[in-house]
Amino acid sequence: MSRGSAAMSVFDIIGPRMVGPSSSHTAGALRLGVLARGVLGRTPERARVGLHGSFATTYRGHGTDRAVAAGLLGMAPDDPRIPESLEVAREQGLELTFEPVELGPDAHPASLAFELAADGETATMVGSSVGGGSVRVTEVNGREVDLTGKYDTLIVLARDIPGTTAAVTQLLAEGGVNIAFLEVSREKRGREATMLIQADHAIPDHVLAGVQAFDWVRFARRLRKVTD
Amino acid sequence: MFSSMREMLERAEAKLLPLWRVVLEEEIEEADATAERVLERMAERLETMREAVERGLATDAPSVSGLLGGGARRFEEWRRERSVLGPFVGKVVARAQATMEVNARMGTIVATPTAGSSGILPAILFTAEEELELSEEALVQGLLVAAGVGQVIVARASVSGAAGGCQAETGSAAAMAAAALTAMRGGTPAQVSESVAFTLQGMLGLICDPVGGLVEVPCLTRNVSGAVQAVAGSELALAGLHFPIPADEVIDVMGQIGSELDEKYRETAKGGLAATATGRRLAASVRWDGPEFENTNAARARDLEDV
Repeated sequence: MSRGSAAMSVFDIIGPRMVGPSSSHTAGALRLGVLARGVLGRTPERARVGLHGSFATTYRGHGTDRAVAAGLLGMAPDDPRIPESLEVAREQGLELTFEPVELGPDAHPASLAFELAADGETATMVGSSVGGGSVRVTEVNGREVDLTGKYDTLIVLARDIPGTTAAVTQLLAEGGVNIAFLEVSREKRGREATMLIQADHAIPDHVLAGVQAFDWVRFARRLRKVTD
Repeated sequence: MFSSMREMLERAEAKLLPLWRVVLEEEIEEADATAERVLERMAERLETMREAVERGLATDAPSVSGLLGGGARRFEEWRRERSVLGPFVGKVVARAQATMEVNARMGTIVATPTAGSSGILPAILFTAEEELELSEEALVQGLLVAAGVGQVIVARASVSGAAGGCQAETGSAAAMAAAALTAMRGGTPAQVSESVAFTLQGMLGLICDPVGGLVEVPCLTRNVSGAVQAVAGSELALAGLHFPIPADEVIDVMGQIGSELDEKYRETAKGGLAATATGRRLAASVRWDGPEFENTNAARARDLEDV
């Protein structure tokens, strides 16, 4: 099993409770939208969504456009507003563009690429819908990751100096959050390091705020788990 | 979670517990949950499934694409008057269609294990409830057994049509439903496992070939096939018959066949019924009220020609 891939809960098998018609192309697409919204850290004002593989050929019949819009607005897979989510998006000032993209032969046959913007902030994310509503995020802001959305996740981009991981994990411990998976990587020594922390418990607001307050933190986001 | 039926059976037999109980105990341990909470949430899922079946039998509304609609209700009327299936299988056939029609209208369903195979398990559960006078508690226990089988299938093979064809979706759902039915009727853990083998062996090799890429044709009627196969598979096991290949090996071969299926038979709508003359014509005739691509494939093709 790959990093962070949780054992399947009985509610992954008997679930999700969702608006049809496709667990992968509707519910899974929505969950990827929710995660992309988490990377931006707010409701996007503009979103360009690239559809790869079967998403590009079948998106309208599966309501993938509505599902993605619903996810970007923070709706759950069983939200009864999903069929009208494109109208809700317009009302809330979310400008949405869908376009086919080619992510290459290694990409999962059902993948989405997000480019989001709001309040001068931008975010990108690539993820796949791997079946039954389960998803996998493979890229966040240009960095390779491997996330399933089954855990509350903290993504921290920090200066590569000693003690940063200890400081972040200390804050989590004080907040009563147990770490399920911790991964630290960097592109070059002394530059920036990325921490990916998947937690067993919900990460409280004050812990996120505490991490964001460190002066060596460039970027910190919390992705709420998308499974139930 | 269990990664083999054998392991699940051994646990149940060693602890003298029913299968639903060992699946529940695994969930409690892994998800750090209480038994009450898991059972309560499962009962909520069951209610959503019940509502979907009832709505599906009560309405003729067409699917978003217009390819489907009203079949469940029409069959239910036929079943009451003329069917030779008997009440149990007749109701199963009507109900397997009901959830799938709700799903195709963007109604609320529970993916069991996927939306494309969401008709099978509720068809079996609610028919068993009525015809065998089972309690809601018994149905929740049946759902747990089904979930345990689904976990084994995910661990050893796949439940995704894009990865393993229709055998991975409706085949898995049918195996889960057969296991639930066998357990709810008092079958032993070994009989539950036999029912998985009997059911899934009959679904092996089934391709995923959705017309227009939609979860409609033939997905809806494949749910009917899977549900009927589940009843038969369960009865073979309960009658004491033995399938010579163990369930775990049948699941493994399902995964292996899935990985060897050509891409055109894995949900891409490029093969099978989707690629017939009529399948293509239907796909082209489907109209959407959703927005067009801002940059359509056609526009992109023009851009490429300009270069």
